[in-house]
Amino acid sequence: MSNSSTSDLLKPFKLKTKQQELLIRVSILCLVYILAFITRLFSVLRYESMIHEFDPYFNYRTTLYLTQHGFYDFWNWFDYESWYPLGRIVGGTLYPGLMVTAALIYRLLHFLRFAVHIREVCVLTAPFFASNTTLVAYFFGKEIWDSGAGLVAAILIAVCPGYISRSVAGSYDNEGVAIFALLFTFYLFVKAVNKGSLAWGLASAFGYFYMVSAWGGYVFIINLIPLYVLVLLITGRYSMRLYVAYNCMYILGMLLAMQIRFVGFQHVQSGEHMAAMGVFFLMQVFYFLDWVKHMLSDTKLFQEFLSITVTCAVAAGGIALGVGAASGYISPWTGRFYSLLDPTYAKDHIPIIASVSEHQPTAWSSFMFDFHILLFLFPAGLYFCFKRLSDATIFIVMYGLTSMYFAGVMVRLILVATPAVCLISAIAVSATVKNLTVLLRSKNKVAQIGSTKGTSSAKASSKASLDQSQPFQKNGAMALLFGAFYLLSRYATHCTWVTSEAYSSPSIVLAARGAHGNRVIFDDYREAYFWLRQNTPPDAKVMSWWDYGYQITAMGNRTVIVDNNTWNNTHIATVGRAMSSYEDEAYEIIRSLDVDYVLVVFGGVTGYSSDDINKFLWMVRIGGGVFPVIKEPDYLVNGEYRVDKGAAPKMLNCLMYKLSYYRFGEMMPEYGKPPGYDRARGVEIGNKDIKLEHLEEAFTTSNWIVRIYKVKPPNNRW
Amino acid sequence: MEARIRARVNLALTFFALLFFVAGSSPPRQFVISNAERRIDLSSHIINVHLTLKVENAGTRPASEVVLALTPTEVDHLAMVDASAIKGKRKKTTSLRLEVKPTELPDAPPIDTKYFTIYLANPLNSGESTTLEVLYVFTHFLEPFPAEIAQSESQLVFYHDTALILSSYHIKQQTTFIKTPSTKVESFIRMEPTNRVGTEIKYGPYEDRPPYSISPIHVHFENNSPFAVVEELVQEIEISHWGNIQVTEHYKLIHAGARHKGVFSRVDYQSRQSSNGASSFRYLLARLPPRVHSVYYRDEIGNISSSHLRTDSLKSELQIEPRYPLFGGWKATFVIGYGLPLQDFLFESSDDKRYLNFTFGCPLIGMVVDKLTIKVVLPEGSTDPSPVVPFPVEHHLEAKYSSLDVVGRTVVVLEKKNFVPMHNSHFQVYYSFKPIFMLAESLMLASAFFMLFVACVAYIHIDLSIRK
Repeated sequence: MSNSSTSDLLKPFKLKTKQQELLIRVSILCLVYILAFITRLFSVLRYESMIHEFDPYFNYRTTLYLTQHGFYDFWNWFDYESWYPLGRIVGGTLYPGLMVTAALIYRLLHFLRFAVHIREVCVLTAPFFASNTTLVAYFFGKEIWDSGAGLVAAILIAVCPGYISRSVAGSYDNEGVAIFALLFTFYLFVKAVNKGSLAWGLASAFGYFYMVSAWGGYVFIINLIPLYVLVLLITGRYSMRLYVAYNCMYILGMLLAMQIRFVGFQHVQSGEHMAAMGVFFLMQVFYFLDWVKHMLSDTKLFQEFLSITVTCAVAAGGIALGVGAASGYISPWTGRFYSLLDPTYAKDHIPIIASVSEHQPTAWSSFMFDFHILLFLFPAGLYFCFKRLSDATIFIVMYGLTSMYFAGVMVRLILVATPAVCLISAIAVSATVKNLTVLLRSKNKVAQIGSTKGTSSAKASSKASLDQSQPFQKNGAMALLFGAFYLLSRYATHCTWVTSEAYSSPSIVLAARGAHGNRVIFDDYREAYFWLRQNTPPDAKVMSWWDYGYQITAMGNRTVIVDNNTWNNTHIATVGRAMSSYEDEAYEIIRSLDVDYVLVVFGGVTGYSSDDINKFLWMVRIGGGVFPVIKEPDYLVNGEYRVDKGAAPKMLNCLMYKLSYYRFGEMMPEYGKPPGYDRARGVEIGNKDIKLEHLEEAFTTSNWIVRIYKVKPPNNRW
Repeated sequence: MEARIRARVNLALTFFALLFFVAGSSPPRQFVISNAERRIDLSSHIINVHLTLKVENAGTRPASEVVLALTPTEVDHLAMVDASAIKGKRKKTTSLRLEVKPTELPDAPPIDTKYFTIYLANPLNSGESTTLEVLYVFTHFLEPFPAEIAQSESQLVFYHDTALILSSYHIKQQTTFIKTPSTKVESFIRMEPTNRVGTEIKYGPYEDRPPYSISPIHVHFENNSPFAVVEELVQEIEISHWGNIQVTEHYKLIHAGARHKGVFSRVDYQSRQSSNGASSFRYLLARLPPRVHSVYYRDEIGNISSSHLRTDSLKSELQIEPRYPLFGGWKATFVIGYGLPLQDFLFESSDDKRYLNFTFGCPLIGMVVDKLTIKVVLPEGSTDPSPVVPFPVEHHLEAKYSSLDVVGRTVVVLEKKNFVPMHNSHFQVYYSFKPIFMLAESLMLASAFFMLFVACVAYIHIDLSIRK
């Protein structure tokens, strides 16, 4: 031992090729790990360490509650500050994985005596898990192809905009940890299939459990894996390894997932989870048949037995499913699930899902924006996978194809497709570059051998023969290699640009360029929420469109009527109805909901386009979906939605219009335009003389983006 | 404990006083005030009363204790009382600060009165006279009336006082001047001779008034100065011997004037600023020490972008704007933090101790602080801290765990109620500290990393597999 160590010390810089390779690989992985983290910090540098957007505020608020009150209080938390007067059972209606993870990191840091605030932990959770995802991508790539592909996959996924969009610092959302969990589960499962060991199966079950606790997207796993197993069965790739891996993962994963209250017994009761169960039983039948086949020597007898068993099994399964569905024990597919299979479903049946911009079908441009060259490398990678089919490559091909389909259906599901696209593209890049370098190297070697031999004739002849067989091979390979590097460097540039320009805005603070090129900040949201927090009674109820619910409860610390959870469509429709009614009728609804303040978002002064007037048609649509009193055509003129003089009379006098434009007619937002010129829509408003009877202006932020109205008590009767 | 004993003594004293008052014992009224001039400044919500007294010893023995009388309401709002003796004449005057202490007199006067005693530096002989200058500072003393105003109205307040100076001595001649912030005075009670010129109301001169004579008056006038009150300020001064002092200030600010009523209209506030929200305020100015760095201004929900810092070699000025303008009754909470170079504030005393020399006060200009808490966080490992503050404060010790702390840091907590800018002065905290403790945290980190690497090496070299 001592001898070897001294000899090691004597020649410390002489590493073997294998050690060199290991050193390079580890240092590349470390760099990628750091890169994945720091590329997500743009928003912290540009703005500040803050929570972004809408849902993350709820997650932040619950995490705060978890760290302050402990796990059991969190689990049993009844939140009376949202969905007034219904309230919300928080512990039973959320995926606690994210909050528990952040709280654990926070506890660990405090145990190690690092006095950090929980907000910083929450802000940096997503980048931290993105870094971990790169490691998983490396191991996954190594498992399905080789370590080179793994490295490329790690680099690609570290900067891929499709993933960065949901994992920048401050985007404290379920997806932040869920993509890590998703890829990790897949990796463990593929590893289990390759090894056939119970230990990996167990590990994948725990990975699945973490995924279930973190995000509703676990449904994708529980459907993709059975599909994969089914494909392997059909293609005749059934093996004992697969049997062990799937059974262990399914049974344990299901039992573990039942521990999450929000999921509960869905694994045995919900239609979305039935595929996994069906495949599970199918697998037992398959195993049984295999055994019988092994026992029976007569093939004809076996054929008969096979047909009987298969018929029986299918019949039994069909009857069980039918009875379950008919008796209501097995719930039918949910609307969200349907809308994935049929992109037009939500538009017709569930306006509340269709109203969210990230649930829209994906445009080609956003594919290009989020994937860039990966979009072209993806088919090439598929080609390589098909060329070298194995259990693992079949999995990644299926994952890639299905997730690409879902990414086409909904913008936000690009996120799920990103790891697959990165992995498959990495295979393409790695395989291509490897082939090219092998070509270059082999030729050099030949040339070198030729030169060392010293006989010029032999050299010339060998060269000539090579040139004859593949003309311009070296140059071609060089050119291709340069092309590949050029493309990859373009990819890196594009990713950085997209991250910095598009995905690093917190959307709470808006930044714009002023007339002199200086940076102007609109911090109106926080101004309004902080005003609510400080200057309204602690039990005040605030009515706003549901988008702002989480923010009002988290930053304003006030009770809201509806929020981003959108679990009760009727309640949301009531708010939509109030917003789209005349003031008198709206006042009745407002009184019945016990509302004290009404909050609207208005972008007419600043030209901020995602305000309530632009969202108003959805309020009408959702309100009208439940209350037929509200009819969409009343607000349109010739099918057109307008706010100027030509607008529909109902539009000009509904509550939302009045609250948005109250006293806006006296205002001159832009030089050279008439007073009351709406900059967000570029028109002069149609109703400048707005009188409010039952509400009064309580607060308007400095750029008018948020306007808060106080509900007056009813008039005295005489 | 001491306070309780004092209270008990007080109780006993009043009891005795009552007993003896019936017996008709007269107090030793040795002094006579030959001339008294009072100037009351009502221009902000901090009221300064400058009282110039010419005191004459009319008794037979030398005496050195002059008694000031105040009503209980005044005492409740009294933030500070300060007295000094004036020596010399005309322009060559020098003033000498005198000690002032609250006292109880054994004789109960006809009205409920509280007393402060001025201890003269030299006893005043019989027949001699001296000039005393007394400064009273009152807070929360102006009563807004009407108590609720709309956005376009200006703020009117009541000031209650007495035209005659409350005193336990005979006053031969007295005058009172009341200065209002503007010429807009709604009403005031006259007591002839009374004269109003511009922003000043003059009561007097009144001649030969016996002790405890009063004459209630009020002034109802416009005061639109910002009634900005910090309900609670917690200032945390964290000393690091690596060269930095980190100050964090938590403010709870309120507009303590007439409450805002009804609508807040942004369009009126933006376009007609002169006639709208006259009593509201938008900006606050904080004066920070020079060479300040890493200044931040934020609240519970994040950074507040509206602040400007101007620095020069003598001072730094931080202009901050709360998220919204503050109208009457509106609140805002925020945090200001900054770093300071250590060598400007930390010194070594002769007895091998170190001491921090820092300003006791609120950096925001013109602020009343209802409750000021200063926490001095000493470095880990420092022992026997002792604060030295020029005026009485409550103090106790706490422990705080900051990054990489094992035993916790000693925190000296100083608390003062009803703090006004006139209190601003330096205070010191002495403590002992061994420089070896500075290395504790870095050594800890180094050893932790060392252990980690050792563990890695061990893991790589140890074969843990079961099968051979």
